Amino acid sequence: MALNVLIKGGRIIDPSQSVDEISDLLVTDGIITEIKTSIDRPRNSEVFDAQGKIVCPGFIDLHCHLREPGEEYKETIETGTAAAAAGGFTTVCAMPNTVPAMDNQSVVEYVIKKAKETAQIRVLPIGSVTIGRKGKQLSEMSELAELGVIGFSDDGDPVEDPNIMRQALSYSAGLNLPIINHCEVPALADGASMNEGWVSNRLGLKGMPNSAEEVMVARDLSLAELTGGHIHIAHASTMGTLNLIKAAKARGIRGTCEVTPHHLTLSETLVMGPTEDSFVPLSPDAYDTNAKVNPPLRNQSDVRSMVEGLRDGTIDVIATDHAPHNQVDKTTTFQDAAFGISVLETAFGSLMTLVDNGHIDINTLIKKLTADPAKFLGMDIGSLKKGSSADITVFDPSETWIVNPQTFLSKGKNTPIEGTLLKGKIKATFFKGRKIY
Amino acid sequence: MTTNETNTRNSIRHKHILDLDELNRSDIELIFENTDSMMEVLNRGIRKVPALRGKTIITLFYESSTRTRVSFEQAGKILSADVINVSSDGSSSKKGESLYNTALTLQAMKADAIVIRHPHSGAGYFLAQQMDSTSIINAGDGMHAHPTQSLLDLYTIKKHLGTISSKKVVIVGDLLYSRVARSNLWGLTTMGANIVLCGPKTLLPQDFLDSRLRETNHPFRNIQIEENIDTALEDADVIMTLRLQSERQKAGHLPSLREYSRRFGVTSERLKIAKPNAIIMHPGPMNEGIEIESDVAHGPQSVIESQVTTGVAIRMAVLYDLITGNHSEKES
Amino acid sequence: MPLADLGGGFFFGKTSLISNPSSTSTSMSVKKIQTDVQMKRALTRISHEILERNSGAKDLILVGMHSRGVPLAFRIRKLISSYEGQTVDVGSLDIGLYRDDISEKPQATMKPTDISVDINGRIVVLVDDVLYTGRSIRAAMDAINDLGRPSQIQLAVLIDRGHRELPIRADYVGKNVPTSKEEDVKVKLAEVDGLDEVVISSPIT
Repeated sequence: MALNVLIKGGRIIDPSQSVDEISDLLVTDGIITEIKTSIDRPRNSEVFDAQGKIVCPGFIDLHCHLREPGEEYKETIETGTAAAAAGGFTTVCAMPNTVPAMDNQSVVEYVIKKAKETAQIRVLPIGSVTIGRKGKQLSEMSELAELGVIGFSDDGDPVEDPNIMRQALSYSAGLNLPIINHCEVPALADGASMNEGWVSNRLGLKGMPNSAEEVMVARDLSLAELTGGHIHIAHASTMGTLNLIKAAKARGIRGTCEVTPHHLTLSETLVMGPTEDSFVPLSPDAYDTNAKVNPPLRNQSDVRSMVEGLRDGTIDVIATDHAPHNQVDKTTTFQDAAFGISVLETAFGSLMTLVDNGHIDINTLIKKLTADPAKFLGMDIGSLKKGSSADITVFDPSETWIVNPQTFLSKGKNTPIEGTLLKGKIKATFFKGRKIY
Repeated sequence: MTTNETNTRNSIRHKHILDLDELNRSDIELIFENTDSMMEVLNRGIRKVPALRGKTIITLFYESSTRTRVSFEQAGKILSADVINVSSDGSSSKKGESLYNTALTLQAMKADAIVIRHPHSGAGYFLAQQMDSTSIINAGDGMHAHPTQSLLDLYTIKKHLGTISSKKVVIVGDLLYSRVARSNLWGLTTMGANIVLCGPKTLLPQDFLDSRLRETNHPFRNIQIEENIDTALEDADVIMTLRLQSERQKAGHLPSLREYSRRFGVTSERLKIAKPNAIIMHPGPMNEGIEIESDVAHGPQSVIESQVTTGVAIRMAVLYDLITGNHSEKES
Repeated sequence: MPLADLGGGFFFGKTSLISNPSSTSTSMSVKKIQTDVQMKRALTRISHEILERNSGAKDLILVGMHSRGVPLAFRIRKLISSYEGQTVDVGSLDIGLYRDDISEKPQATMKPTDISVDINGRIVVLVDDVLYTGRSIRAAMDAINDLGRPSQIQLAVLIDRGHRELPIRADYVGKNVPTSKEEDVKVKLAEVDGLDEVVISSPIT
């Protein structure tokens, strides 16, 4: 396993340096040492031919559910990170809704240790906001901060009590870490399993309206203003949310947000099965539980707004919200099925459809997956600068492939886009110079 | 010479009856014709015919319902099928899992048809996906659909008014949560009725209130919404009242049942606004005094009791069509 | 133009192509084997035979089988009425719910059975247009038995085309027509088809 690699002839795109050129890239001892038009191959190094491919920094995912400890039947740190590598990710942030939750030192230490032993990429822990994620009592944030958590979240659930949120934002501000909130007002979303709209009416399912997310987003932005804390809106999904964030940023409030690949590309009609038309009779393929996710897939105009938000910079980063589930939790009635999509291995391919259709350019896409998450984390990653850790992703922007969950490295086969033809395939992923995919 | 040749298509095209969005006009008329025959059988002294002898029908009810289950059971038995009733409390925590496992078990038992009622929308579709040769009949899934109830409603209208086309049908009540109303919207639209929905805004599906619906070619684009019941009932041919459940008031949709009754209850006074020979229908069970006045429910214009008898005949026709239809599909 | 009917009820052999608009297949040849006049004579004879065998019209009930047996039953009733001055009860029977061959053939539309009188102790004369395998008659007898207990069940058919698969025979036959299994015999009635005739269609080999 040489930690010296010469990546030859690829188109190097590094938004952190505004680089976009065909060049060679040299890795020595796991560090990026040179980017030049033509580099001679040094001894003791491997060569990777990247002709016709694009070379960029390894992707960074701020929102990922690795399920370990406690739900290893859905995913483990080992399988989740292997899936991440296959998806071009070299850094993932592990959400704390494990069992037990990552609300104290020992669980977080366990995750860090397990990651060191079994993960092939960088795993950064996220601590929970409250003990047990119950929303009643703040967790020992400073201790968790010392262990290296990159923020706090009760994701899976919102921080319901406004006062607890206020205290959390205030307290975490002192530690210079963000609160990442899953914005959903339970009273408005109670019992709902998808977006409220014509599809939910057609299917007779209780839906959650956009307001369920937006009301809490507005609340959290106001509290961020009040406390000076940093609120990061997890998996934003509606136009209204983006408008609130845009206005808040304009006033200097420390509000940021992320969007998932599915909220940029898929809409609520996927729940109806292969037909998009409300007039066509429902087939037994309707009520596709693989399309059940929280926040739900929204309507077409919200999806368009999210893409627009990516373009105009309202959206800070793309994060996957990778939520693997075992088939047992998805093979039931729609109402009973678990929320979540297994995203890591299809994220890049589905995002490339936006590039392919001319909605965003490839540099912006890569920036939202690398430089911008790195900025959020305040870490020196997501870049191909000299001296950076050699976390590198190589992909072929024109290779097509068909989504087949059975070939996923993730234990989670729950994806609504099985059988879809995607264009844009990860060909190699390097972490600290070592080729892990 | 003439095309009076007997219609050689008896079996309907479908493998399952999950909702009325799948049935076109001639499908429904075929079911009506067979229902006529079934009504005759119901009027005999010995109500038994061998049509489904040796076939197995399983009723799978995850919601308690004596009325509908008995209706299906009777329908199957008159046709000489073996009817097996499986009911589940539905309150156990692993509801979903047990449905999947139940499906596998039933599949192995080679049932010819399964009649399912479940509190979750889409349960029938889930079952249909898991099973390959059994026909699934939806007897009510969550808020989504109740096709056989709608079929019997349509048949009742035809029986009393001669036709459904162009009749003004007013549906009053809790439309948001009503699977009967949803199926009826499909059925009535297919058969050409003029539909008026009447109920409080809080109990109406949001997208019906969206004026953009009118501009598309959505099959429901001509449905009228009228919140004032006195206006809605003018010249109505059919008044379908829906049951108002007390949970709605608790969930904040209504201030009180009393207020609902005042604004939307079908009283004898209000009945006069409709056509003189208008019929009153209700899928049952009724909350007399709330959505419908007792005098109206038991009055001369009420066809509510006949709906029950018709229900058995419709279900006989549906079971017969589905089970014998499948056979001929397999053989050919 | 009708081909010569050889009388006596036997016809076999040469057929010639008649373009028949109601023929469902273009590779069938159709031949008329009974004219309206011949049908009228057959029904007249059948009506007399029924009266002779049962010593009059007392206790008789004619039950026509859907669909063409029904108008035939009404015609027989009219004939009987003109001879005996008595109007015999008529009913109609649909065997859709009693068939044993549901899986094998596409089925005709069902119409409700309509026998409004009590058949207990009565002489039921089933009336049908064509007798073939006998399975329809077996189903009819099951249906009749579910409605009551007649003293006798007799069978009148306009055409008997052979190929019985069950031990069933008709009491009154308009015409015996030997056929092969590939052939199809169709009785057309003015009430339903606009004209009276019986045709046999055979596939052209």
